[in-house]
Amino acid sequence: MIVLKQVSKQFQTEDGTVDALKNVSISIPDGDIFGIIGMSGAGKSTLVRCINMLERPSEGSIEIDGVPLETLSEKELREMRRGVTMIFQGFHLLMQRNCLKNVCFPLELAGKSKAEAKKRAQELLDIVGLGDKAKAYPAQLSGGQQQRVAIARALATDPKVLLCDEATSALDPNTTNSILELLRTINEQLGITVIIITHQMSVVEKICRHVAILDGGEVVEQGEVSEVFSHPRSAAARKLVFPEENGDFPLTGGTDERLIRVVFNGAAATGSPLIARMAVERGIEANIVYASTKSIGGKVYGSMLLGIPNDESQVQTATEYLTGVPNVAVQVVTTDVS
Amino acid sequence: MFRDLFSADAWREAWRIIQAEFAGAIWETVYVTVLATLFSILIGLPLGVLLVAGEKNGVLPLPAWLLRCLNVIINLLRSIPFLILMILVFPLTRLIVGTVVGTTASIVPLVIAAFPFVARLAESSLREVSPNVIEMAKSMGASPFQIIVKVMIPECVPSLISNATIALTTILGYSAMSGIIGGGGLGKIAINYGYYRYKYLIMLAAVVLLILFVQLCQSAGTRLSHKLDKRIRNKK
Repeated sequence: MIVLKQVSKQFQTEDGTVDALKNVSISIPDGDIFGIIGMSGAGKSTLVRCINMLERPSEGSIEIDGVPLETLSEKELREMRRGVTMIFQGFHLLMQRNCLKNVCFPLELAGKSKAEAKKRAQELLDIVGLGDKAKAYPAQLSGGQQQRVAIARALATDPKVLLCDEATSALDPNTTNSILELLRTINEQLGITVIIITHQMSVVEKICRHVAILDGGEVVEQGEVSEVFSHPRSAAARKLVFPEENGDFPLTGGTDERLIRVVFNGAAATGSPLIARMAVERGIEANIVYASTKSIGGKVYGSMLLGIPNDESQVQTATEYLTGVPNVAVQVVTTDVS
Repeated sequence: MFRDLFSADAWREAWRIIQAEFAGAIWETVYVTVLATLFSILIGLPLGVLLVAGEKNGVLPLPAWLLRCLNVIINLLRSIPFLILMILVFPLTRLIVGTVVGTTASIVPLVIAAFPFVARLAESSLREVSPNVIEMAKSMGASPFQIIVKVMIPECVPSLISNATIALTTILGYSAMSGIIGGGGLGKIAINYGYYRYKYLIMLAAVVLLILFVQLCQSAGTRLSHKLDKRIRNKK
């Protein structure tokens, strides 16, 4: 269990004091996959560096399994960090060492014998699917492969917690998915708590169970992913969850339409053409303005913007019809969305 | 005068002297240069590490006054002309070698002149190591000493080697000057025969050998640095 209590962090810069984190309180249960999401500059990287004390919080306390980290000596901190390892956006492999030696690195730091380290490193490379690349140097590998080596390295000391700092942000969508799959496997099979820092909603959606949304150094929302995802309350959360509100899409469907948002939160709607049925059964000709839904395990997640003919009774009917579907939420969009 | 320079007599005399003295001179040059480079690295590399690691945000922050002292000493030693430095360090040379003249004695001023230079070269190599990689090592629980020995130095080995080559060739150039205090080698021959006795052929031969020596060291160093650099993907 990782507990952050009222964590604040200030940086002194030439322009004065900058609040990177303000009163952040988060609890992360063991074995969870926890996402921390926010735009650039929201304080995500600072927050994750507080969890392994690469950054010392200015105020507040961080406890891992009941041990307050700020009471530990430098030596005890180094010991602790072997149990809370980290992977990075830029992989940060040692470029002058081959893959096997890179994975050996944390084992060498921990004082393991060469032979023992090599044996364990080879096992780990096998786990991440790069057993045949042991002798290759990082420069010879693709980004996804380098991140796999970095993951193997992070697992070498049998950590309880794996911190991922924008670990997939430098990778293409396919590679991102395969790395996320690997992280999920690690979480499930080894029981390692995975904390994922990202600015991509898709990453959180895909593997996280809980999420905290960080904005301007503050946690503006946190909870189960499906909950936060379907009912975003804060402006920052809405921006992440409904990117169409960022101005990329016209929000007024014309004067003759009213917009309603349909949010799917695990609705069992894959087998039935919901919008078409609404047209047939209720005679409402809905215009799909925007849609971003995906089906996970036969259930639909995501949101949709519908343009309904500008008529109070039609809007009423459509809202009632869609609300009647389990796990679907409906709200009428006012033009003032902020 | 120049007509006599390339006369048959001059050639014969030069050949005689080359045969008699050059083998020893080459050996002395190698001996002085290699030893002086070695000692300069032994002192300069740790100093370079301190300059980088000892900074405020470094892995092993030193007190600000100590770091400033190191910088002042290095700059001071680097600004004294080598000819003057050779004379200034006489007491130290006598203390270490027992005498102030001769080939071995010339190693002391060479090291004193070169180690600050080597420290600066090492400093610039070590600064090439990405702070991100150092942060990674910290996140894996590395101690400051482990970061220096297992990350900072190994990661910049190719750069360190090309800088060591620069140091070696520079020291070779300085060693030629130590002929003044009786240091042996090709430099001494060039000065003694060419400058004091106008035997330009012999001077030229010594200079050509020095040039060859520098070329050889430089290309060997460059090749080694390239060979050891694992960041280069497609090697011949």
